[in-house]
Amino acid sequence: MGLAEISRFDHPVLHNYLVDDAYDETFESPGKPRPHYAPLLETFSSLPADEIRRRKHSADLAFLNQGITFTVYGRDEGTERIFPYDLLPRLITSAEWNRIERGLTQRITALNLFLRDIYHEGRILSDGTVPREIVYSCKHFRRQMRGLQVPRNVYVAVVGSDLIRVSSGEFVVLEDNLRVPSGVSYMLTNRRVMKRIFPNLFRRQGVRPIEHYTQALLSTLRSLSPEGRPEPTIVLLSPGVFNSAYFEHAYLARQMGIELVEGRDLVTHDNVVYMRTTTGLRRVDVIYRRVDDDFIDPLAFRSDSVLGVSGLFNAYRAGNVTLANAFGTGVADDKALYAYVPKIIKYYLDEDPILNNVETYLLNDSAQRNHVLQNLDKLVVKAVGESGGYGMLIGPHSTSAERQEFYDRIVADPRNYIAQPTITFSRAPCFIDDTLQPRHVDLRPYVLFGDKVTIVPGGLTRVALRRGSLVVNSSQGGGSKDTWVLNQ
Amino acid sequence: MLSRVADNLYWMSRYLERSEHAARLLDVNLNLMLDESTSSADRRWRRVLAALGNPPNLAWSGDAYQVAQILTFDPGNRSSITACVAAARENARQVREEISSEQWQRLNHLFHQVTRHKPNETDDVLPSDFLLAVIEGVHLIQGVTDSTMSHGEGWHFIQVGRYMERACATVTLLGLYHREFWGHPDQTPEASEYLEWIGLLRSCTAFEAYCKVYTADISPDRIIEFLLLNPEFPHSVRYSIDHLQRALEAIHGEGGKRRGAQLTRLAGRLQASLSFGQISEILSQDVGAYLQDILRQCRDIHETIYELYVNYAIQTALAG
Repeated sequence: MGLAEISRFDHPVLHNYLVDDAYDETFESPGKPRPHYAPLLETFSSLPADEIRRRKHSADLAFLNQGITFTVYGRDEGTERIFPYDLLPRLITSAEWNRIERGLTQRITALNLFLRDIYHEGRILSDGTVPREIVYSCKHFRRQMRGLQVPRNVYVAVVGSDLIRVSSGEFVVLEDNLRVPSGVSYMLTNRRVMKRIFPNLFRRQGVRPIEHYTQALLSTLRSLSPEGRPEPTIVLLSPGVFNSAYFEHAYLARQMGIELVEGRDLVTHDNVVYMRTTTGLRRVDVIYRRVDDDFIDPLAFRSDSVLGVSGLFNAYRAGNVTLANAFGTGVADDKALYAYVPKIIKYYLDEDPILNNVETYLLNDSAQRNHVLQNLDKLVVKAVGESGGYGMLIGPHSTSAERQEFYDRIVADPRNYIAQPTITFSRAPCFIDDTLQPRHVDLRPYVLFGDKVTIVPGGLTRVALRRGSLVVNSSQGGGSKDTWVLNQ
Repeated sequence: MLSRVADNLYWMSRYLERSEHAARLLDVNLNLMLDESTSSADRRWRRVLAALGNPPNLAWSGDAYQVAQILTFDPGNRSSITACVAAARENARQVREEISSEQWQRLNHLFHQVTRHKPNETDDVLPSDFLLAVIEGVHLIQGVTDSTMSHGEGWHFIQVGRYMERACATVTLLGLYHREFWGHPDQTPEASEYLEWIGLLRSCTAFEAYCKVYTADISPDRIIEFLLLNPEFPHSVRYSIDHLQRALEAIHGEGGKRRGAQLTRLAGRLQASLSFGQISEILSQDVGAYLQDILRQCRDIHETIYELYVNYAIQTALAG
């Protein structure tokens, strides 16, 4: 079986492969693959289905035995599942990647300047470019951060932005994750497993490496160390073993060679943070925290948190410890503020955005709100502070009862919602039931911002494994693919 | 090393040792049961339960297979093998970044093997294959631990956990057998008792090693001497305490000299008393009380380890 055969649209493996108006990552038109996918499809079609199944099985087993799992809540048995993933990698050409890289660098630079500004002078607010009430009404705005100096003015050191590709083939930003973005360990382990099952394919395709991510993360964290601490002790703060991303926390800590700590391992004394070790207390300088703002210090934020460290915020304010990301960064990934990001980029950098936004309706504007309320069946409505695919209405797939519910909720609290046109993400073929079937995908590249910007070439391609679904979140039946950025 | 990590490694190791011990104990006793009348089964299983610390919610029901099933598979019973393996893995999961990938994969493999095993309820065959698989799985993890993990502080805490658990298990077994079967030292045991003493040796994987030293001449006083004082056999109490003490010294060396005088004294005293003790002296006194005293000393050592390395007060640490 060669490429010539798989190219025919009636080849059995493509039996269910229908094209629609969404951009297809792999096929230009029915049966005609994009040129950079040719070696991949050739290799795949030369393998018998049994062999593909066998390799898939051996990969599944590798994930399970390495404990690369996430936790499903609310079930007694089998609470750990492997993150479903698809064998066929998603390819990105070098030209496409360059644009993504420049666009994300521009975006994160502007957002850091924005955060610095709103927690200090607030020029952009005084100028009226961004309305004050949008910022101050955001539930992730932390007034405790006003006037506080953070090292190198870096508020957001670790970002995972969600990109999608629209029908024209252009990549646009769907949302920014500026608080505690996760998933990078799946990017790294997917790659390791893929290398083991398709070693030859790697050589033929010329894939750019991503393995240096953890080193880059470590040097980013080191560059943010408090003044006068040239040899900083860096730790990763995790909520603990019951967190669904615990595997990732442990994985990153091990790869970086730093301690994985929980709140109960840390104590503060005289505004200095220490960890409890078998040889006594040891000072901590930089904390890569994977705990949300709300839970990190029961004295400064939520007093009922048991995951946090009392007094951590005061130590931070005193400049004795750095937290990455800083507190209060969530204000810049609020979904209503998202609509202003192009203006923010223009304001601070005097540049046009390289990566565009998805058109967004702000619902506290009465004209936009009326338009949205009349077109709920065509639009996607999202709660501004939610993530993980929760609190969403997808108009075309909704029932009239759901639409009525969102209608009422929007009228009651318009600031809490935004609306966007229903965008069909691009699709990529997935190996399902021995055939290739199209599924919608997005892309989450990981950006590091310290003394310089580092973006490893690739990211996590998330797949909506349910047919026709647009929800890629792992908590809602999403899976992943390895993402190969090609040398050419 | 983080105190919490030391705590997790110690308990991971103890739970693994415990699951291996329980698996062997069940295997040996299910086997011996084939050769005996139903009346003595009663005593046997009460003894097995006592050796496992009399698990709560589990009374002797008269059905050995049922008890064995619970002790093997019931995840709700904290003494069951399944629960011990799960607890070991849970501890390992919390220090995932401290142990080697190979260790984790072996332990994870054992966990999935144990939790996914579905006992056949209509069939009363011995879960012997299963028990041997557990023992083998634990041995593999220990081997992988020794050959892939740096022999630093973390490894030493694993040794402390392992030998602490082993010493306590062997002492507990010795106490139970002594109470039940100890007659007059110069009197040859009856055939049924003879089998029981062999069972004790087998429960500690000691039968072959014992024969090498004393030939197959089974006598209770020699068995007690062997399991208590032999310096070379890895399941003897003395061997366990020797290694426990060595691991503590290695940890102490890394932790600075001023702390830990109390722990050095406790471990050193127990180790010395076993090194220089003589079986004739021990047998001439109250053996039960002697064994109880060893258990008490082990408990003291455990508590002192925790005071020194894990649960210390912040004020004393800042002052030091």
